[in-house]
Amino acid sequence: MRATTAQQDLLRGIWRENPVLVQLLGLCPALAVTNTVANGIAMGLASFFVLVCSSILVSLLRHHIPAEVRITAYILIIATFVTLVDMLLAAIVPDIHTALGAFIALIVVNCMILGRQESFAAKRPVHRAALDAIGTGTGFMIAMILLSGVREVLGNGTFLGFPLFGPNFEPWIVMILPPGGFFTLGVLMLTLAWWTQRGVRRPQPRQWPHQVVSRDAATAAGGD
Amino acid sequence: MSTTLQPQPDVQAGAGGADGAPPSPQQVPAWRLVMTLAVAGSLAGLLIVSVHQWTEPRIMAHRAAAIAAAVDEVLQAPERTETLFVWEGGLTAAPPAGADTARLEKVWAGYDAAGERIGYAVVGGEAGFQDVIRLMFGYDPATQRVMGMRILESKETPGLGDKIFKDEDFVNAFRTAQAPMIPTKPGTGTGDPREVDTITGATISARTVITIINNRIEWLQPLLDGAGGGS
Repeated sequence: MRATTAQQDLLRGIWRENPVLVQLLGLCPALAVTNTVANGIAMGLASFFVLVCSSILVSLLRHHIPAEVRITAYILIIATFVTLVDMLLAAIVPDIHTALGAFIALIVVNCMILGRQESFAAKRPVHRAALDAIGTGTGFMIAMILLSGVREVLGNGTFLGFPLFGPNFEPWIVMILPPGGFFTLGVLMLTLAWWTQRGVRRPQPRQWPHQVVSRDAATAAGGD
Repeated sequence: MSTTLQPQPDVQAGAGGADGAPPSPQQVPAWRLVMTLAVAGSLAGLLIVSVHQWTEPRIMAHRAAAIAAAVDEVLQAPERTETLFVWEGGLTAAPPAGADTARLEKVWAGYDAAGERIGYAVVGGEAGFQDVIRLMFGYDPATQRVMGMRILESKETPGLGDKIFKDEDFVNAFRTAQAPMIPTKPGTGTGDPREVDTITGATISARTVITIINNRIEWLQPLLDGAGGGS
């Protein structure tokens, strides 16, 4: 097990281990609600809030939650914060709440959040769990904005509701439909893979010395 | 019993079994498991109820404002509106004491400046292409004319089915349509005032909107007769 610094805890989830673009976690909301940037930001903020609050609480209680009931306890903690977010969104921004529909409630079963509790927050002090949650939540938010930005611009010709193109622009309706989510995610993953792999030299094929002959060649020549 | 764990060293994320992992099964009696979940559940419930107390009036106010705006739109800006409750086969503005008005079905009557009733706003919903479409429409029983339609809830396909509230021609058709309406393929109408053009690419959603309104008018008429309305 390799020790990590606080800075690594914070930065890891933002890019190198981005929950959506690298780990492919939380894809259900990432693909379902990102047909507009406003929805993407709202889902990103809601998930960020739940992730950070849950990680802090799980870390605070990590010495008091028995192993047998830890998953139940984590789900209870996460579900509590999701319920709070659901009610607060309905009270403060009802239009966004209506647009996100059932996907707010489904944050409870977002494996990104439960995964960070089980693999990190339950084993770390509070400040490290909070940093990890902030980094991962920010990474999720970035992915949501990228996905929704591409889809809304191409699929609706707008960004955050502001028209970007003239009246002659024909929206690519497919981009705000489910297939558009998969297309966009695939392109973003390809781009990220290209970016991270650029400049990396591929290993050259091994050059065998001339005096070494293959087993088949030696056999054909009457060898052993 | 000792369940308190020691602080743990920082290790790479994803690794399990580090020092400080949750207590081993042998150390934790059953009563402690139950108590842990009971306390956690109680605290969670307390927190949720507290926030619910703060948010509920705001959520109800938003819903009331949304209904008021919809009534104003579908009845074409009435001077005054009155909430009527469906009660024993009729409509009444004052249900008997003890009736749970929050659960009673409602209809809104709109009046002009002279105090004349100009129509009723009715909510209805049926399954569309993807999910239930809920809408409100205004209806004038005297002329059997639909006065307006507003979609309250729809998850129809973006770019296609959502034209039931984004296509102005379709929405405006409900400001003058005669009931019962007849869904008509665009360009094939005969001039009948009951005809409403459907939407190319969203035929099922458009037909559902028309069906909802026709069905709810059928439902409303006996209530109006029972309440002495309809004039």
